[in-house]
Amino acid sequence: MHKYTLRHVTAALIAATLMTACGKEAPPPAPKAEAPKAPEVMTVKIGSASPLTGPQAHIGIDIRNGVQLAIEDLNAKGVEIGGKKVKFELVSEDDEANPTKATTVAQKLVDAKVAAVVGHFNSGASIPASKVYADGGVPQISPSSTNPDYTLKGFKTTFRVVAHDGQQGPTLARFAINNLKAKSIAVIDDSTAYGQGLADNFEATAKALGAKIIAREHTTDKDTDFKAILTKIKGRKPDLIMFGGIDPQAGPMIKQMKELGIKAKFIGGDGMQTPNFIKLAGDASDGAMASIPGLPKDQMPGGKVFLEKYKAKFNQEVELFAPMGYDAVFVFVEAMKRAGSADPAKFLAEIGKTDYQGVIGPIAFDDKGDLKNGPITIYVVKGGKWEPLEIVKPDAAPAAAPAASAPAAIAPAPEAKK
Amino acid sequence: MSASAPWRRVAWVVIALLLLAAPFLIEILFGRTWVRITDVALLFIMLALGLNIVVGFAGLLDLGYIAFFAVGAYCYALLASPQLGMHWPFLVLLPLGAMVAAVFGILLGAPTLRLRGDYLAIVTLGFGEIIRVLLNNLNRPVNITNGPQGITLIDPLQIGGFSLAQTHSFAGLTFTALHNYYFVFLACAVLSIIISRRLEDSRIGRAWVAIREDELAAASMGINTRNMKLLAFAMGATFGGVAGGLFASFQGFISPESFHLIDSIMVLCMVVLGGMGNVAGVVLGAVLLTVLPEALRYIGPLQQRWFGEVFIDPSDLRMLLFGLALVLMMLFRPSGIWPARRRKAEENHAAG
Amino acid sequence: MEIFAQQIVNGLVLGSIYALVALGYTMVYGILGLINFAHGDITMIGALVSLAIIQLLAAAGLPAPVILLLAGSGAVVVCATLGLSIERVAYRPLRRAPRLAPLITAIGVSILLQYSAALVWGKQYISLPQIIEPAQFTIFGAQLTSLQAAIFLLACLIMAGLLWFIKTSRMGRAMRATEQNPDVAGLMGVNTNSVIAFTFVLGSAIGAVAGLMVVLYYGLGHYFMGFMLGLKAFTAAVLGGIGNVGGAVLGGLLLGVIESLAAGYIGDLTGGVLGSNYRDIFAFLVLVLVLVLRPSGLLGHRGGDRV
Repeated sequence: MHKYTLRHVTAALIAATLMTACGKEAPPPAPKAEAPKAPEVMTVKIGSASPLTGPQAHIGIDIRNGVQLAIEDLNAKGVEIGGKKVKFELVSEDDEANPTKATTVAQKLVDAKVAAVVGHFNSGASIPASKVYADGGVPQISPSSTNPDYTLKGFKTTFRVVAHDGQQGPTLARFAINNLKAKSIAVIDDSTAYGQGLADNFEATAKALGAKIIAREHTTDKDTDFKAILTKIKGRKPDLIMFGGIDPQAGPMIKQMKELGIKAKFIGGDGMQTPNFIKLAGDASDGAMASIPGLPKDQMPGGKVFLEKYKAKFNQEVELFAPMGYDAVFVFVEAMKRAGSADPAKFLAEIGKTDYQGVIGPIAFDDKGDLKNGPITIYVVKGGKWEPLEIVKPDAAPAAAPAASAPAAIAPAPEAKK
Repeated sequence: MSASAPWRRVAWVVIALLLLAAPFLIEILFGRTWVRITDVALLFIMLALGLNIVVGFAGLLDLGYIAFFAVGAYCYALLASPQLGMHWPFLVLLPLGAMVAAVFGILLGAPTLRLRGDYLAIVTLGFGEIIRVLLNNLNRPVNITNGPQGITLIDPLQIGGFSLAQTHSFAGLTFTALHNYYFVFLACAVLSIIISRRLEDSRIGRAWVAIREDELAAASMGINTRNMKLLAFAMGATFGGVAGGLFASFQGFISPESFHLIDSIMVLCMVVLGGMGNVAGVVLGAVLLTVLPEALRYIGPLQQRWFGEVFIDPSDLRMLLFGLALVLMMLFRPSGIWPARRRKAEENHAAG
Repeated sequence: MEIFAQQIVNGLVLGSIYALVALGYTMVYGILGLINFAHGDITMIGALVSLAIIQLLAAAGLPAPVILLLAGSGAVVVCATLGLSIERVAYRPLRRAPRLAPLITAIGVSILLQYSAALVWGKQYISLPQIIEPAQFTIFGAQLTSLQAAIFLLACLIMAGLLWFIKTSRMGRAMRATEQNPDVAGLMGVNTNSVIAFTFVLGSAIGAVAGLMVVLYYGLGHYFMGFMLGLKAFTAAVLGGIGNVGGAVLGGLLLGVIESLAAGYIGDLTGGVLGSNYRDIFAFLVLVLVLVLRPSGLLGHRGGDRV
């Protein structure tokens, strides 16, 4: 009886696999098999780990797409490491944004002998996984984990190509107070490691600079109704609302702000500086501001090309962290080239010495593996598009407003550089 | 029966030897990933057995069981990490975690004693969410749990200078952290199985069954239903608390993300799918539902090998197959894959 | 005062959506004693189908009322069919099975619906093209858009219609009879199978309308959106007394208002110790309190539990 059922289930499962696999539904954004021809080609596997299922899948897929694009670009260009031709291969894993699964997946990547890993998305996944990578001697670059703790464990294999909360939040606050002259600010976060970290750091700096935080509210990263907290905030009449979180919340939030007749300005971090934010918010998005670490993307040598290539390949706009994922792969490969080897033990030391001009801006690491403090660009939505508004230097003394008064400082038209 | 006794003894010895050799065999055959998956499966066996006491034995539908896992994990993490600057030994912390979880179990049980069935389900679900939201927000005004950032640098299990997180060599075998933890988890899982079996056949166990089948009749038979229900919650929570402490030390990092409603539901699936009330069935369910999603990860590459192309995003395909498997297994074996004898009898009775 | 009025308005509109979804839970529970965990995801499918239709027709340049009508009917048809087939395939074979077995199939179906939607629509947040420009007006100092008003009124209309239908129609009587005792109802000539199937169809169709409302109100759709919505609606159904249609309405509206007031006022009431992050806890605390005082919900049967 027991055996019979198991066989039944297995048979059904296989049948289902065949059935679902035969239905030609959505075109998959997955790598296609490429026939390796030349005998002297060395294959180097690059791992990508991010949530591909669950509520955060859209961001996880975005990261994987970025990694995939980088690998395809490198293969198309042809790379030689230590005199041998190299073909890169993507090994993509789904960590389900779950810390336990993240360690399993990390182990799987280590077992699969990947040379390097781009991942994970959530700090809650990156941190436990970093230990597995460190034990396995595999270098890891997180494209998106902003929790300062991530690089504090002293692992030599742990890097990130995203500004951590302690870097972006204060700069954003300086901009809000020095440039926007904000005096009373309401701060909202989405109760995630990213959103809350950003909001906390913003709040601390804003307070230190003399602004009044008139409300500190929280929502979640699954919510779409913010009327209640916005109504409360409306009663306190702030002149700026800062949101620490990502676009699926930021979009509806600014829309509901307008519905409630709130006139305050709206500003956020890189989590909402996306095309999707504008789509979700519609006309309400006009005037919203958000920061992104790095120089304006279309001023970067590869930035504009990257955005176009991504759109052509995946038939969608860049969601969030694809550029970081893309750059992370190049950071690895540059290190491999310098070391003349794709063996992590040999090229690991070179990653720390990275000095690379990526899609997201100049990439260099400090001794912890964090991105060295770079400039941060503030964007504003104008006529349904994100336009660069201001470049804020992180080291600027809080009192000195960097080029605040001159609107001429606004970046030149993107077409100027090609 | 007595004639087969020596054979049974031999069988037990073989099983014991296999279990002891398992991490090494698994590593050779499938790689280290599967040693890690086995470790996680052992943790889930403990969780599923704990929930089985509440749902399977006492018939109280609990949709927030993961909260006890969380309580145990945070109890360990807070007292053995730089977060509060305390580094208590695990021999104190694991029992403490179990006790704290038991207290939470009673806290949950007490107001819900009058509730039955699905009302209890929603309240326990709410309880699970309350614990998670609390853990996520107890970083202000005073920082206790470090909120969504989670707690990192949690001490591994260690006695004196012997740390389970380090690699040791013994008798020509290499014991990595994964192997070390395997043996600790195995011991705890086996202990959980023994306790569950003992409970099942005890006065307490029979009282729970009586309550499950007919609370009114049980009460009129002189069973103190209130205390028995609270005991079920507390006992079940204990398992979760210990498993949580082990989990925290194993991972070295915890955050509220690990304790979502979906995790409660997964543990419940293990219990029901395996065979509610039957210890062996529940163990099977826990192993199956830990291994199945991992095994389905290999479907993606197969798809490519068979058809030369990837038609469906492998991660979607994996989830689709998982959902389908849940439906199909339940349709074919509504009482679970390995149901308890009593339940099987009832089912036959109902069908006939 | 203005702020308070605004919070009540916010809560009522949100609550009316909860209430519509809660109806689906409560009707199925009333008749089968089953928590249909997949109901939230049926609502999600309704939302995504209507969103897809709106996108398609908005590009064709049809007038907004026509688009909305077609989107609504399309979603209703798809969801009703879906509800019917789910009942037939995943629940009916398990009607005599142990009580928790259908719970597992429900979870399985929920996963299947989510990832089927992911295959069709992808996992991005999908935005709604702007087809309507809701007018703004003010009542008691609270800002209200015509869209919010329409959602609230339509929800009330559907709920009133449903109550009337169950009370007066032949099918409604059959539903009530089946709820009381399916075996006896069967003996009295009620085709319980078709009554149960009809309940699923009705619940799913209402869920589809709720899905359309969510899309219009928040302007987005996502393959995972059914989970939270379902959870809240289920809570609302239990709050009102699960199995009771009027209870679902009351529970939904109440939950919406509680959430609004909690998010708006907890911070001030506790002197800043607790904040809007405790909104969800607050909703559950109210639920626990209600259940401790009235174990079968606000409007539930006194007996409470089905044996």
